[in-house]
Amino acid sequence: MHESGTTDGAAFLARCKAFEGREVDALVAPDPVNQAMIRHWVEAIGDTNPVYTDPEAAAASVHGEIIAPAVMLQAWTMPGLRGTARGPGDTNPQSQLLNLLDDAGFVGVVATDSEQEYARMLHLGDRITARSVIDEVSAEKRTALGVGHFITTRIDYTAADGELVGTQRWRILKFRPGTGRGTVNPPVAAEPEPEPEPPRRMPRPRPGTTLDNLFFFEGAMERRLLIQRCAACQVLRHPPQPRCDRCGAYDWDTVEACGRGTVYSFVVNHYPQVPAFDYPLPIGLIELEEGTRLVAQIVDCPIEEIAVGMAVEVTWLDDDPDLVVPAFRPAGSGS
Amino acid sequence: MSERHRLLDAAAIVGIGATEFSKNSGRSEMRLAVEACEAAIADAGLTPDQIDGWVTYSAETNPEIEVAKNLGAGEMTFFSRIHHGGGAACGVIQQAVLAVSAGVADYVVCYRAFNERSGRRFGAGVQDRPAQATAESAGFAWYAPFGLLTPAQWVAMFARRYMHEYGATSEDFGRIAVADRTHAATNPKAYFYNAPITLEDHQQSRWIVEPLHLLDCCQESDGAQAIVVTTPDRARDLPNPPVLVRAAAQAAGDHQEMMTSYYRPSITGLPEMNLCARQLYNTTGLGPSDFQTAVIYDHFTPLALPQFEEFGFCGRGEAKDFIADGAIELGGRLPINTHGGQLGEAYIHGMNGIAEGVRQVRGTSVNQVPGVEHVLVTAGTMVPTSALVLGADRGGALPAPSTRSFGFRGRRGGGSPPR
Repeated sequence: MHESGTTDGAAFLARCKAFEGREVDALVAPDPVNQAMIRHWVEAIGDTNPVYTDPEAAAASVHGEIIAPAVMLQAWTMPGLRGTARGPGDTNPQSQLLNLLDDAGFVGVVATDSEQEYARMLHLGDRITARSVIDEVSAEKRTALGVGHFITTRIDYTAADGELVGTQRWRILKFRPGTGRGTVNPPVAAEPEPEPEPPRRMPRPRPGTTLDNLFFFEGAMERRLLIQRCAACQVLRHPPQPRCDRCGAYDWDTVEACGRGTVYSFVVNHYPQVPAFDYPLPIGLIELEEGTRLVAQIVDCPIEEIAVGMAVEVTWLDDDPDLVVPAFRPAGSGS
Repeated sequence: MSERHRLLDAAAIVGIGATEFSKNSGRSEMRLAVEACEAAIADAGLTPDQIDGWVTYSAETNPEIEVAKNLGAGEMTFFSRIHHGGGAACGVIQQAVLAVSAGVADYVVCYRAFNERSGRRFGAGVQDRPAQATAESAGFAWYAPFGLLTPAQWVAMFARRYMHEYGATSEDFGRIAVADRTHAATNPKAYFYNAPITLEDHQQSRWIVEPLHLLDCCQESDGAQAIVVTTPDRARDLPNPPVLVRAAAQAAGDHQEMMTSYYRPSITGLPEMNLCARQLYNTTGLGPSDFQTAVIYDHFTPLALPQFEEFGFCGRGEAKDFIADGAIELGGRLPINTHGGQLGEAYIHGMNGIAEGVRQVRGTSVNQVPGVEHVLVTAGTMVPTSALVLGADRGGALPAPSTRSFGFRGRRGGGSPPR
């Protein structure tokens, strides 16, 4: 699934990439950090920690004085209700970049995520300035919403003396409406080099674990594909169970699979779509060389090339830090 | 294991009742259950205080004591549940047969009620199910983290392998959908009344999970169905002609899993349905040629095909030929799902199919098949399942079952019954 206009795509990307590193603007907070705004904010959020509102309690705390909630960071320099509307003739680099994407058909916009780092707590009287820089424009990505580009803006927050008090990375997706999942032939650009995906909005469903199956997921964290083996008759079994139904033994150990196998059967999921996954989602029933079968995603393979009997090898999906799962790709496609 | 049991003609179905079938009932699941049970009891010519037994599915949300209380049914001496969803359908009836034949209850109501479209949708699968340290939750650990989350997805894995081994195509699956929707089109109770489809419609419907199109998948429905069971002797004193439960069987196969028996040597057959067939045939002495019509469980069309094979209507892998040329539509050699099935009428976990089997024996179906003596009814596939043979009552003078065996005894794990 390659689109014809790859060269145009590369030129377009270069034009977008030219905005990387350009400073967008610097917003000076209209008011210093103050008790009234803090009180309204914590009341709205329902945070009753007295360190934000009670001078005595705050004085007795490790902070020694009233502090602002750390996650209010962005609130101090927000432009207010009237905001800043973007116009076609706008000279602000961010507006120019967004207009460029609009003109190329990427008219959809959605905020995907925001990361904040805090260098120090803010105190009453701090006067905050926010400087925004276009950090990164991604290559064209195929997402659930449609084909588009992620734009990451870095915002540095400083106090009056120039001390860095916090940093924010703010990511949006500009996409072409109607090119998302479920579209039969979405225009997808060739994408030779893997780039870090933005964080998923939802982690993949967790496995229910018991003492009978925990070893598999612990092994996966170390990228080891483990198969349960009866310690008495040596038969391999998956899914694992506490007792060998052949010889009756309760003792078992594990062997590490070589990672090679074949596609015994497979499906391609379209609906329903769960936020943890990208669709269409191919999933295989993989028969390992050792003889057992397991269900896992098929990756790094165009859907139309997946076939029963296809030779595959294990790879690992580690986008969740606490849940690594095996997946399978065409044999020899790695390394 | 005995594949012939003493349940031959041990009970009769005397009442059926249902709510309307819709996508949004506008009523509580409890109210649906009560309405359907009340209708079934009335159809039987009984009053609620005569009901002393209640059976439903473990997936049912309406407790039997609450349903009985609503109906003013008073005391009960028998209550039981069969695990899971659609596979339980005929097993629920078997529970009632066991109860009345053992004398622990006189009249048993079997029911299933849900707002399965406007409430919790079964098609959504287990995506929201929290991970727990239970055996059932650990079972989903082999599917949920990998994205295999819904019944349609679990079934599609079998369908792909079946296509690979036997050369069946999506069009072959589509013939089940076309038969269902053709029959639903003339059933005013069906959700898809007056809405038949063509094979082309089936082929052009969107993918749900390849190789399953939208029109390979049953509906999600709101509604309820109830069925009243008693002994044949009592049945003969009631207004409706008794519909004998000639035999009722439950079955789980070797290395059975709940929808994901992917680890057997072969995954293209339904060994549990074969075990149902062995029990039903050996108990009744009947064989595949003795059925004039059948209700073949149809949550997803691909798994209708191996059912014909397991029940010996055709050889293994030959179902695609057996169902060709309108054979399973009215006028064909084995019309199936004359109510429209769960694709056409409603998805009530198989209970509405049992009711259609009753109507066919009574002679009151809107799509009546002529000369019905016996109806085969099956329950959910790829799960622990069940099946029934329903038959006409010949005044208590039924012929003794023949002693011929169909050679099913001792076959396990995907053996093919003879033709």
